[in-house]
Amino acid sequence: MAEKPVPDVSAAVDEPLRPPAALAVILLVSVLVVATCGLIYELLASTLASYLLGDSVTQFSTVIGTYLFAMGIGSWLSRHVRRDELGVFVRVEIMIAALGGWCAAGLFLLFPVVSDFRIVLYALVFAIGTLVGLEIPLLIRILRHRFAFRELVSNVLTYDYVGALIASLLFPLVLVPWLGMIRTGFVFGLANVAVAVALLIHLRAQRRVGADLAIALVVGASLVAGLAGAEKLQRLSEVAFYGEPVVHARSSRYQRIVLTRQGSDLRLWLNGNLQFSTRDEYRYHEALVWPVLGRVENPTRVLVLGGGDGLAAREILRDPRVRHITLVDLDPEMAALFRDTPELARLNHHALSSPRLTLHNADAFQWVRQAQGPYDAIFIDFPDPTEFSLGKLYTESFYREVARLLAPAGVMTVQSTSPLVAPRSYWTVATTLEAAGLATRGYHAYVPSFGEWGFTLAAHRPVAAAVRLPRHLRFLTPTTERAMFDFPIDMARRPTPVNRLDNQSLVRSFGEEWGEYEG
Amino acid sequence: MKAEPTRRAMLSGSIGLASALTAPLALAGCSEPSIPGTLGGADWRRGHLLRDGHLPAPDGPVEDRGIVIAGGGVAGLAAAWRLKAAGYDDFTLFEMEDYVGGNARQGRNAVSAYPLGAHYLPVPNREARALRHMLEEFGMIVGEEDGAPVYDPFQLCADLEERLLWRGRWQEGLFPQGGISEEDLAQYRRFDEEMAVYRALLGSDGLHAFASPMAYSSQDPALLALDRISFADWLTHNGYTAGVLRAYLRYCCRDDYGSEPENVSAWAGLHYFSARRGWAARGDGSRELTWPEGNGRLVRLMGQRIAGHVVPAHSAFNLAVRDDGTADLAIHNHRTSRSRTVRARAVILAMPHFVAARTAPAVAARGGMTYAPWVVANVTVDRHPGGKGSPLAWDNVSTASDSLGYVVATHQNGSDPTGPTVLTWYLPLSRETPQAARKILMTRPLADWQRQIRADLLAMNPDLDGAIRAIDVWRWGHAMISPRPGFLSAPARLAAIASRPPVLFAHSDMSGLSLFEEAHHRGVVAAEAALAHLDHAFESLI
Repeated sequence: MAEKPVPDVSAAVDEPLRPPAALAVILLVSVLVVATCGLIYELLASTLASYLLGDSVTQFSTVIGTYLFAMGIGSWLSRHVRRDELGVFVRVEIMIAALGGWCAAGLFLLFPVVSDFRIVLYALVFAIGTLVGLEIPLLIRILRHRFAFRELVSNVLTYDYVGALIASLLFPLVLVPWLGMIRTGFVFGLANVAVAVALLIHLRAQRRVGADLAIALVVGASLVAGLAGAEKLQRLSEVAFYGEPVVHARSSRYQRIVLTRQGSDLRLWLNGNLQFSTRDEYRYHEALVWPVLGRVENPTRVLVLGGGDGLAAREILRDPRVRHITLVDLDPEMAALFRDTPELARLNHHALSSPRLTLHNADAFQWVRQAQGPYDAIFIDFPDPTEFSLGKLYTESFYREVARLLAPAGVMTVQSTSPLVAPRSYWTVATTLEAAGLATRGYHAYVPSFGEWGFTLAAHRPVAAAVRLPRHLRFLTPTTERAMFDFPIDMARRPTPVNRLDNQSLVRSFGEEWGEYEG
Repeated sequence: MKAEPTRRAMLSGSIGLASALTAPLALAGCSEPSIPGTLGGADWRRGHLLRDGHLPAPDGPVEDRGIVIAGGGVAGLAAAWRLKAAGYDDFTLFEMEDYVGGNARQGRNAVSAYPLGAHYLPVPNREARALRHMLEEFGMIVGEEDGAPVYDPFQLCADLEERLLWRGRWQEGLFPQGGISEEDLAQYRRFDEEMAVYRALLGSDGLHAFASPMAYSSQDPALLALDRISFADWLTHNGYTAGVLRAYLRYCCRDDYGSEPENVSAWAGLHYFSARRGWAARGDGSRELTWPEGNGRLVRLMGQRIAGHVVPAHSAFNLAVRDDGTADLAIHNHRTSRSRTVRARAVILAMPHFVAARTAPAVAARGGMTYAPWVVANVTVDRHPGGKGSPLAWDNVSTASDSLGYVVATHQNGSDPTGPTVLTWYLPLSRETPQAARKILMTRPLADWQRQIRADLLAMNPDLDGAIRAIDVWRWGHAMISPRPGFLSAPARLAAIASRPPVLFAHSDMSGLSLFEEAHHRGVVAAEAALAHLDHAFESLI
């Protein structure tokens, strides 16, 4: 096998050697840069894939496999480059800069809008891999006149592997924690542009470089703009924003439903707002449910408005006195998800399939106006009043309709946002319930994933202080329950306007208070 | 439950992105997809049968009726409602179209009911007694607080009422804020203050300078003199020259009258800003009542009260007053193409004056009335519109568009901020002469209207790209009477007001203002005059 001729290389060896000129130095530095960039893009794509699609072992294997295979294709394709290797190399650099630089931002942005994300992902990985695969063969051919073959192979591969080490250390230790994936992409794209521009400037005496230079600068400018706007892109991109692996994401007619998982912690997000974390949702739901059930003599008929995840229903169904729950939620897909996905149905103990529960997929704002009571207990668990349309569900007119459905001795509760972050908004709910003719008592509980969270009890008669709680609870005891009704000074009651359909004062104060809090 | 509201921005962000991504594809295709939809409007064919004298002469026996109402728009329905409320039953209402309601008609599809024309009613003034009586009957006034009526909060327009697209950003309210010179702002404030003065002003006869219904306005000659000049001239004479203020006032004139300020009487212009003193408890006086189907709600409720008295698809013509004080009216059935004679002790011509002039040429004085043509489109979309700045409101207007923007049909009924809805888009063709505009209405094909409407909507809400499911276009050839300078003393108007039984007129044309309150008032006045003529006992609501 030693007899196998290697004509090209031997020809290179035979040629007279020239001293390594400035160009050769630039080119060797380029090897280092392109090797680093190449590995960075590979790592970015793998990390992104496991981050977006879950199952990191599979994602890393398939992305790296695809990438290396594409590099092979690129190397093979390099044989079809018959002349002007340097020119082709420069253009390849510009293309890598554009694709690689934008890959992280692009994948994040495309994830929620494309129907099959895998196709986009692997197409991009394949394209970048192919271009990177072209780089080293072209560089070797460009440099073949400047080094002895022995030296050439040694130089190129050394720089190549050193670049790989740099990339693999920088990526987890510096880039991801300090720059984030989107910025990392842009920074390394700029490195590719820098190589192209350096070569073009060096070559400008020998050839026309105007068009290439212009394209390189345009790509560079787009990367700089992307880098400057990375924060905004991050916010635009849903997934980058969750900061944890997404295990389910789909848009129903009404909302974007996303489930994320970090270790044993499963979280539900609706339109980007956290709904629960499996770590502490029991705190929230016990605080929502038991202060009501513990104050009603015989809660046979129960109404739940909102709460399509079935977690409040699970808690209510624990009470054997409850004969029937009517659950009204806008989005059929939410309820279907939490009824039919085994893991999620386990979370709510199959509450949504219970014969004691009837589900209505309806807009509660309309439903309450034609519904007939009486209900002994009513639980109102709507999303926060972030928009005017949702604010309608917190108005005096709405509460008047709910009060009509509440039995004379019945008790209801309303999730009322955080009394610590938004005390005016929190107490607006109480003021509004009172304007609708109900007596109220506010209370709050600490739920780590939300912070200090508030609820409001309401009834036709003054709400009793005494409560009877079952023994099996994880959070509430009679003593802790009593403590929930105590408000320290920073959350204490303050005068607020009544939230009405025609003033929507709650949506306005909510926006102001959370806006200040989040800065 | 739910933290972190800044994330609100996220969803709209990703939708914006989605459209940004699909837009180039749409451009690449270079042809817009054809949009489903219908082209509708008042039935010209039937109208022109009357105009051209092609209705066949009546035959068969003569039918007797106590009162005949010809025309089932708001004035005719109000007259019928008034008769019924007074316990009078011997009447029939004939309507040329297949549906009653006139300008206040409604449409409906799988997503929502929507207006084909008028879409709201301001909380009425204290002087609008009859109207308030009806709103009470309809459950829109639900009680009394401190002696003032309480309106049903579910039927008052919910917050957010209006937003304006101004320099690329939506803001609350309809007058631009930000980037306006001090001088322009000062003019706006001065205008506002002057209108407040007019709102409180009493004429020499002790009546409000401007009232609603307008018939209750002061007849002080100094005030009526305002009718001699145009609103535009009045504004210029009074130093209201700022471009941004004039643009806002032009919007208002086109919104209420379908006409340019140059073609609007100063009296009518001031009426728009100074006549509203809505009377309501809880500070609701300046609010509006509205429903998904617009004033179609009021039409339906009036129609229910008079069910059995309404005969659609019938035109009245050849009115003749007989010597015994009764009147004969030829009635043409468009479905059978046959005509018969109905003899009534009183006839209420509840039709626009240009139709009345052909139905009863001997009674209706000619001339002096012009009508503004409109196009109203109902656009069914997959998702609610968004936009930078203030969130979606009921009424959404762009300073950069010649249309009046759009109202959201589902604004009142749901709490769903995202799903499909219907947007009702309005365009008064006020730049052309009414004749030229009507020609456009009769000839422009549906696809052209759809293209124009789609472009206008997408300029306001690029986020709607790809979300438009259907555009149904409705043409109103004679949508609104124009209150041109001199309209108060127009002979046709004065003659109609002076009409006495057996032939009475009832239409908002007689007020020169195409408003629900005006049509209702004219209908009630005519009905009560007819009842008095027939010696039917009633307690007046006027």
